[in-house]
Amino acid sequence: MNALITFITSSVRLGTTFLFGSTGETITEKAGHLNLGTPGVLCVGAVSGVLGATFYVGAVSEVNGLLAVFITILCALVGAGLLGLLYSFLTVSLRSNQNVTGLMITTFGVGLAKFVKGELGTDADAAISKVASCFRHSLPFAEHMGWFGEIFFSYGILVYLAILTALLTSFFFKRTRAGLHLRAVGENPATADAAGINITRYRYLSTIIGCAVSGLGGLSFIFDYVGGWDSGLVSTEALGWLAVALVIFTLWNPNLGILGSVLFSALYILPNYLNVGFAVRDLISGVPYLVTIIVLVITSMRKKRENQPPANLGLNYFREER
Amino acid sequence: MERKIALELKGICKYFGSVVANKDVDLTVYDGEILAVLGENGSGKTTLMNMIAGIYFPDEGKIFIGGEEAVIRSPKDAFRYRIGMIHQHFKLVDVFTAGENIALGNGKGKRYSLSAVNEQVRAIAARYGFRIDPRKKVYEMSVSEKQTVEIVKVLYRGADILILDEPTAVLTPQETEKLFAVLRRMRDDGKCIIIITHKLHEVLSLSDRVAVLRKGEYIGTVNTAETDEAQLTEMMVGKKVELNIGRAEPKDPVDRIVVSHLDITNREGVKVLDDVSFTIRSGEILGVAGIAGSGQRELLEAIAGLQKVQSGDILYYDPQQGGKQVDLRDKTPLQIRDLGVRLSFVPEDRLGMGLVGNMDIIDNMMLRSYRKGRSVFLDRKDPAKLAEHIIESLEVVTPSAHTPVRKLSGGNVQKVLVAREIASSPTVLMAAYPVRGLDINSSYMIYNILNQQKQDGVAVLFVGEDLDVLLELCDRILVIGGGRVTGILDGRTAKKEEIGLLMTGSKPDGKEAANA
Repeated sequence: MNALITFITSSVRLGTTFLFGSTGETITEKAGHLNLGTPGVLCVGAVSGVLGATFYVGAVSEVNGLLAVFITILCALVGAGLLGLLYSFLTVSLRSNQNVTGLMITTFGVGLAKFVKGELGTDADAAISKVASCFRHSLPFAEHMGWFGEIFFSYGILVYLAILTALLTSFFFKRTRAGLHLRAVGENPATADAAGINITRYRYLSTIIGCAVSGLGGLSFIFDYVGGWDSGLVSTEALGWLAVALVIFTLWNPNLGILGSVLFSALYILPNYLNVGFAVRDLISGVPYLVTIIVLVITSMRKKRENQPPANLGLNYFREER
Repeated sequence: MERKIALELKGICKYFGSVVANKDVDLTVYDGEILAVLGENGSGKTTLMNMIAGIYFPDEGKIFIGGEEAVIRSPKDAFRYRIGMIHQHFKLVDVFTAGENIALGNGKGKRYSLSAVNEQVRAIAARYGFRIDPRKKVYEMSVSEKQTVEIVKVLYRGADILILDEPTAVLTPQETEKLFAVLRRMRDDGKCIIIITHKLHEVLSLSDRVAVLRKGEYIGTVNTAETDEAQLTEMMVGKKVELNIGRAEPKDPVDRIVVSHLDITNREGVKVLDDVSFTIRSGEILGVAGIAGSGQRELLEAIAGLQKVQSGDILYYDPQQGGKQVDLRDKTPLQIRDLGVRLSFVPEDRLGMGLVGNMDIIDNMMLRSYRKGRSVFLDRKDPAKLAEHIIESLEVVTPSAHTPVRKLSGGNVQKVLVAREIASSPTVLMAAYPVRGLDINSSYMIYNILNQQKQDGVAVLFVGEDLDVLLELCDRILVIGGGRVTGILDGRTAKKEEIGLLMTGSKPDGKEAANA
């Protein structure tokens, strides 16, 4: 029983990384930009958070938990958002190929993160473990509610923030004018342009905001799930690719991402709870990709237009080109 | 009667580089009237309208709206002046509902409520007699429904001046009549409607006045009631044009291609042709009528060896071998050629399937003949001669035979393609929409070529969209409705309305029919 509860709570906590990652990527993709830089964005988000935490912890004598969390999150948002700005400048303004640019962002982001990690040294490790305990601060009444409390209330702030972000994003797409415009930009930019919608603005904003949200995924992995970053960065990159797969798995619907992220992370950590050999472990960790492929095949066979990727995904928009 | 001027253009000029698109155009439109803008392709109709709609900006001249000078720099500005344009290519998001499409880009600052938009859409529809379901997704709609969404979108934005660019090009005669009824109702409501078209009979039946453009210049405006087809054509073309297409009696027709019980399922798994049987005979033109996308393309490609067939037969009777029967089903174009079948195909997508845009006329000629060479090097002499001959005999406007064909205008591209196809002296000639986008002169030149081929004993299959032309040109007309043959009529006796009904005939119960 205990092992099961640990398994579930671990899945939820790791799932947060996927959920932030895929929600952010969904925001970007809905505007027609396929950002393959998500793994890099996750790494940069994590490292920016670490930078913020290190400076804050180094600057004050007494660490204020709330302030530490706030500063760390803010730094992660800004760092990842800047990477999004770079991506949108290259793809929207300079109209470079989205796939190539995205892969470049991944290489750049991962490399940058490793470089910063090397420079920061041991100060960062101490800061991470201090701030991580603030991030993991759970709801006070969780302990008194037995397994129910464990499964639903024992998490740090980032878990709830991720779920809230996903719900708000879905609401934004479906119920707001700006959401309608954003989807139009990703489906048919020429039509949106003719309707007087500023394509450039929507594409810039969706990429920057999307990357900022994705960046929190990396942050959550380092501070909430692992609580350190020794082995963290390599895994962060791998998780980033799974987040991109999760976007497809959820059919561009962040609401579904809440369940999908838990499923993905459960499959990801399942081998640790099974007494099996290395070969089987590796096979099991490939299951999320397999599931994504199956979902892709099924949705393309069913041909329901609503479940297809945004029609203009991956294509840059030139007004003059007809 | 004192009428209010809605829109006035004075001395409008527009140049694209050295090309004059519009020169000194003056135009006046009143409230509560339908003005038809008539002109051949390339006469600058659409350019002129795009300047009113804010897509282009005039190089010279002024636009007055309601008596005041207006500067229209973008579609947004045009909306401010209550001008709305319905483009030939619809600007709609496929996965959105009609209501969402109409709400797009509107009502900044107001609370977003789709149900309120849908309510307003229904009100507009009720006022003018549209039939529209605001919650239907665009990709589930027919072409005419999409067009309705476009018109309602413009009305929703409060347009008083509506510009429609060739709205009937994609409609059946029945749908066209419905559209015209709605337009008349809008006119009676005081709206000003400008309709671009090159179909004379539509101009005569719908409009109050007609403005004619020729080669970018404004020729004049006449009251529809006081004019006729001959006068309008003369204004359009600048000279008298013989508007009759000759139709000789077929000379001893023999079955050339027999298609029987053909079923075709396209790549998406949708059945596009269902139990299609017909015969193409030598020395006659068989017309194919149908709403665009009813399976015409697949039918022609199946015969040409480009489309897999589920069941059925395509048999060819070879005149050179005394009517020997050859099976064409599921053959590649190369195999068909090797069987000695001289089949020519003018596809709908000229620069996609017909010609290579970046290659010049000579190289495009060689696409048909390069296999004839014996050495490893190319022989350019004969194709060059052929290219020169085509340019001369068909009056192809091109700087030289070495110009990439994509730089030629649509009509000239089509002349090159058709000429190449008939140069191999085919026994079967298939042409899909060969006059689409062509001006009157070029169109008649193509009709003459087809007639010439027919008289030479070629079996001609002609897929057309203008029913008037089909009725004048073809000996027999095959009507396709929803993938099935709904009738084979005699071109001399068939009525337009009859064809129109057959085109849609099987549509309402199409699903049941497909199962039967």
